[in-house]
Amino acid sequence: MTLAPERPADTPAPRTLVQQFELGLDAPICLTWELTYACNLECAHCLSSSGRRDPRELSTEQCKAVIDELQRMQVFYVNIGGGEPTIRPDFWELLEYAVAHDVGVKFSTNGVRLTPERARFLASPACNGYVDVQISLDGATAEVNDYVRGPGSYDTALRALANLRDAGFADAKISVVCTRQNIGQLDEFKALADRFGATLRLTRLRPSGRGADVWDELHPLPEQQRELYDWLLAHGEEVLTGDSFFHLAAFGESLPGLNLCGAGRVVCLIDPIGDVYACPFAIHDEFLAGNLLADGGFRKVWQDSALFADLRSPQTGGACSSCQFFDACRGGCMAAKFFTGLPLDGPDPECVQGYGESALAGDRVVPPASQDHSKSAPTRNQPVMLRLGTTRTAPPVSACAESPLAGFDPNGERR
Amino acid sequence: MDALLGEPWELTPSVALRPEPFGALAYHFGNRRLTFLKRPELVAVVRGLRSAPDVRSALAEAGVPASQHGAFAAALRGLAAADMIRPRTTDPEVPR
Repeated sequence: MTLAPERPADTPAPRTLVQQFELGLDAPICLTWELTYACNLECAHCLSSSGRRDPRELSTEQCKAVIDELQRMQVFYVNIGGGEPTIRPDFWELLEYAVAHDVGVKFSTNGVRLTPERARFLASPACNGYVDVQISLDGATAEVNDYVRGPGSYDTALRALANLRDAGFADAKISVVCTRQNIGQLDEFKALADRFGATLRLTRLRPSGRGADVWDELHPLPEQQRELYDWLLAHGEEVLTGDSFFHLAAFGESLPGLNLCGAGRVVCLIDPIGDVYACPFAIHDEFLAGNLLADGGFRKVWQDSALFADLRSPQTGGACSSCQFFDACRGGCMAAKFFTGLPLDGPDPECVQGYGESALAGDRVVPPASQDHSKSAPTRNQPVMLRLGTTRTAPPVSACAESPLAGFDPNGERR
Repeated sequence: MDALLGEPWELTPSVALRPEPFGALAYHFGNRRLTFLKRPELVAVVRGLRSAPDVRSALAEAGVPASQHGAFAAALRGLAAADMIRPRTTDPEVPR
């Protein structure tokens, strides 16, 4: 399958920065590195289907070699995630190593290992202010958060935020995936961030990983997209979005940021075993550019992979090119289309002009996952919504399975 | 004309420049801001600030015609606002 849509025969020399970015850079601007697939939580919408550690996970020495290469490429900072990166025993060692090699670290965590002691370390000169911490929280209340992230996860996140604040760590981030259940809590999230001296970061729910299983139930409704857009316009400079809402630009005014799909152009993902994907939301064989161990290092994969060359070549808008808003949203998110079974050169499933709904109603086949590190047996941390999903809805196999008196009629005829 | 043209300036020590096809990407390790220098000439000017007696000399060294000094001064002011460059208080570096 050719990933990128058809190309025009010739394109004029690029002029704007965005056009330059579409052709790709010598090194990524926004590199995400998932250090492990292991996780203490089992969030229903996990984009990387994490849970179990992969036995092929990069060793400490291999990770340090990656950091050395990122320093040579002048990748100034890396977004570290997982899984839960802090449960790798060498996480803090790698963090210090990166900072000492001019690779700043922004890491995402559910907060499980952010003890008062670790918070003090993060605030200390050892981290030199090169470390950003993002605490994941998908509800401003325990009820909404724990519904998707699992019981106790709200308390864990708030304890971590309190530890960071008490240690004097400046400007932690509260990272929220916007869902149907929490769009109504945006003001509450902001108040929570203010309470902890933190900055709010809002990102888009993608149907990636286990997110594909719950996307229909969790993704914001059309009127909620408008609510989110209006809120972002009103709070633009105070909140971070990781550029993830460029599909909302088709409402009219662009939101701050690049407003383009950076996959393979300015963005990519290194997974725990060294596989390089076009985007953190595209962990699938279709978007696998190579492996940094097998293919001669990260620079070689970034600069020479056929997939990335394809993503960087000029693309037409396909079905979207006749839309007057195409220049604003550029057709939306590649991963959102792919994992909902929509063509990559058509509208985003959440197209705010309504083209996504009609596309979703048509013929489509949702692609099967190509990897899954979910725990094989659920633990006590599994979110409740999945338990509800396994509740039996079929009738019992026999009446007596439900009642020991099934079929007994005290007034019935005696034999 | 902008007074900056007659002053000694320099690339802020905690800023790194990464060459890119369009010019360069500037990253400030202190405030963690990322800025794009969208023209190769601007990159040459910024790189040359430290070894030039003043900004005007750096512009001349990079081959920027005098008619464009005003526009470049405005771009440099923008970089200064993000602390990518700053007024220099020490003597210029002697180029080796």
